[in-house]
Amino acid sequence: MTESAAPRDMPAQFAPVAAQLQVGAQVVTADVEFSRADLIRYAGASGDFNTIHWNERFAKEVGLDGVIAHGMLTMGAVIAPIVEWAGAPGAVLDYRTRFTAPVLVPDASSGSPEQPTAFLTVIAKVGAIDEDAKTVRLDIEVADGEAKVLGRTQAKVRVK
Amino acid sequence: MAVNTELQGTSYALPEPYEVSREAIAAFARATQSHDAAHTDPQAARALGYADVVAPPTFAVIPAQRAEARYISLPEAGIDFSRVVHGSEQFSYTRPIVAGDVLSAVCHVDGLREAGGHAMITTRTEIADAHAAPVVTVTSTIVVRGGDDD
Repeated sequence: MTESAAPRDMPAQFAPVAAQLQVGAQVVTADVEFSRADLIRYAGASGDFNTIHWNERFAKEVGLDGVIAHGMLTMGAVIAPIVEWAGAPGAVLDYRTRFTAPVLVPDASSGSPEQPTAFLTVIAKVGAIDEDAKTVRLDIEVADGEAKVLGRTQAKVRVK
Repeated sequence: MAVNTELQGTSYALPEPYEVSREAIAAFARATQSHDAAHTDPQAARALGYADVVAPPTFAVIPAQRAEARYISLPEAGIDFSRVVHGSEQFSYTRPIVAGDVLSAVCHVDGLREAGGHAMITTRTEIADAHAAPVVTVTSTIVVRGGDDD
């Protein structure tokens, strides 16, 4: 490896090693939780102040069962444990998803609005390995109980 | 009001570039529960070979959605935002975004079709740095649900 390589060409020191991975192997499992406060925090950080993500009355008026998480909050939180596995944020070269079902985030019935009221599970498996390019494709499943909330979710990650 | 399919092939640029700050990256990382030290600690980022703190992979949605809004909010686009549902999203990186980047963004309306009373719109936003070198392509699909009264 040359010293002049741009950051994108430098695998992280603790990056997974392609030769040690197997297609089908489950490499990441994680729980992702959202509270109403998390939706406000994401609205502020992203600039997406769409009313359906913070106002119950408006969300119901437009046909939803209640306030829902930003699809992009779910997408953003799901990749965090993948980044941890990959060893560096820049190791994620491509990330795609389809939004298949809304994630309802009810107001906590009592106590702090910081209490999580939506609970997602994330499972990532190795879908393909390119040993020449030193990349792997992870196939990611994201569920809210029984319901899949993201579909065809894939991340292409640089490995060693 | 129907979605205007004649706008397929048009493009919309941010009037001013988006300047990436450490604070914006830290706020976005916190909001997306992204705890990697390289998002907030310049030394940790440099140890990984980055020039400064690194944005989480979906951070590019900020300049992308600003450029998309240039199109979506046009009266002649005919898009009722209260009927918009996000269909899909993709980020294809040439290099990661770091603090200090000055990003241009141009949103291209690639696909615009109507089916069963709904409209499906695909936009592709090309994000480049101050040297006009490509950074990331953000592809987004939205669905504008048809109303009962259409």
